[in-house]
Amino acid sequence: MSVQTIARRELTQRTAFGLLVLATAIVAIPVLFLIIYIVVNGAGAISWEFLTQPPSQAGKAGGIFPAIVGTFYLMLGTLILSLPVGVLAGIYLTEYARDNWLTRLINMAILNLAGVPSIVYGLFGLGLFVMAMHFGMSLLSASLTLACQALAMTITTSREAIIAVPREYREGSLAIGATKWQTIRHVVLPQALPGIITGTVLAMSRAAGETAPILVVGAAFILPGLPSSPFDQFMALPYHLYTAAAHVPGMPKANIWGIALVLLVVVLSFNSLAVFIRVRVRRRRFGS
Amino acid sequence: MSANYAPLDNRAVHSQVIKLKTEKVNLYYGNFQALRNISLDISKQSITAIIGPSGCGKSSFLRLFNRMNDLIVGARVNGAVAIDDINIYGQDIDVVELRKRVGMVFQKPNPFPMSIFDNVAFGPRRHGRTKRGELEGIVERSLHQAALWDEVKDKLGESALALSGGQQQRLCIARVLAVEPEVILMDEPCSALDPIATLKIEDLMRSLSDDYTIVIVTHNMQQAARVSDMAAFLMMERDRAGILVEYGPTSQLFTNPKDKRTEDYITGRFG
Repeated sequence: MSVQTIARRELTQRTAFGLLVLATAIVAIPVLFLIIYIVVNGAGAISWEFLTQPPSQAGKAGGIFPAIVGTFYLMLGTLILSLPVGVLAGIYLTEYARDNWLTRLINMAILNLAGVPSIVYGLFGLGLFVMAMHFGMSLLSASLTLACQALAMTITTSREAIIAVPREYREGSLAIGATKWQTIRHVVLPQALPGIITGTVLAMSRAAGETAPILVVGAAFILPGLPSSPFDQFMALPYHLYTAAAHVPGMPKANIWGIALVLLVVVLSFNSLAVFIRVRVRRRRFGS
Repeated sequence: MSANYAPLDNRAVHSQVIKLKTEKVNLYYGNFQALRNISLDISKQSITAIIGPSGCGKSSFLRLFNRMNDLIVGARVNGAVAIDDINIYGQDIDVVELRKRVGMVFQKPNPFPMSIFDNVAFGPRRHGRTKRGELEGIVERSLHQAALWDEVKDKLGESALALSGGQQQRLCIARVLAVEPEVILMDEPCSALDPIATLKIEDLMRSLSDDYTIVIVTHNMQQAARVSDMAAFLMMERDRAGILVEYGPTSQLFTNPKDKRTEDYITGRFG
């Protein structure tokens, strides 16, 4: 091989490497910039009062406590309403449903549900839960609406996690006389759990950030206190942020960035929780 | 039928009780016939080796006895497969109950991703035995039987996945023994193991055959010769359906095969 050829290969190598680094940087830098920008601008607004007091003067003063709590309630409600149904549907579709046109249609519908714009879910919730079922503008209606949206993701990730469990484990269990349900319960589900948890928490943090659907089914801009029942209206961080930024003249900029920062922290800490649970489940499973 | 074995010689070792029996069994996967007209008797507390070229239906044949073929969509069986003279494809057969009596060890060791103890206790627990003391007894006995106890007795709580391949396979055998089966099916149990681990499993099989009826599928003819009492040679017909070519005492099948095709196979002319 001539010296030129070697030099040319070296150059190609370096170019390719450079492109890869560049592409990664293009992805990473805006994210870093965004986070730093929000932290720098929002940190000033964060105070004990900001985190623990209800808003006053149309949100220009006081805090965002009800919005933080409202977002947690919303995530909890969504979780309770979507997780069991999602996992059970995932089990049914992978383990029990026969492979026929109906099952394929259902699977396709579920995949497509994930792509439906969130405002459409909002209108659906308004029509079904708020009006037809008379749950009114409430935490319950909003949780149900977000649960419908989250279901697409929970079912899909549950299915994928269940399918990924090696056939050898199922056979090993069935071959010593475990029933199909025992096999699912004691072999398949424990194996699929980390995947299911990851999918669920990602769906939850997405729900926490949703503004459009809750806008029409129960979120309020300012409430003096916390919701005392599922039938109350509620505040939520993303909607509060949207209204504060777009509809309140004279809103201090720092407050807006402060709300954004809190929302970011809530979502990111939920994601960290998912990673933490996953690592723990995995460690216990491999028995150390 | 093209198989020209003499039926009388087929009926295993005379003085012993027939444990497993297939009679004119055909197995289909959809339109594809995987096994054709296979009849053989397997006597109690013996080791029977199923040998033959790849794809001839050895594993499918083995899976008749615990109805694992049922898991494959479109699988169909006709003819009779019997344990203690009861047709296991009959109407009122509980497959879960059947699989307790007929355990299976797979080609690739497949311990569950849980502790060694939990692996062995898995079967008994599913069958309703939950008392800790009782389970401890079962686990110890099964691991002893599988010649694994001394190696793992101090780390029962550790992950089964940390064991070596050979240990994992013996653990899988212990897991089967824990449900006290009568028959143990082994589907190429040593193909993923090194020679030393293989010899350990073979020794184990010999000692287990005092109490259990063992049927083993193997690619390794030396292994079949070393370990089995009886051997069955399967091969494919033109349409890829597996047929039984010859069945007889291992020593005879390997030294003095009756069928030309068996001779060709064991002398390495094809397969």
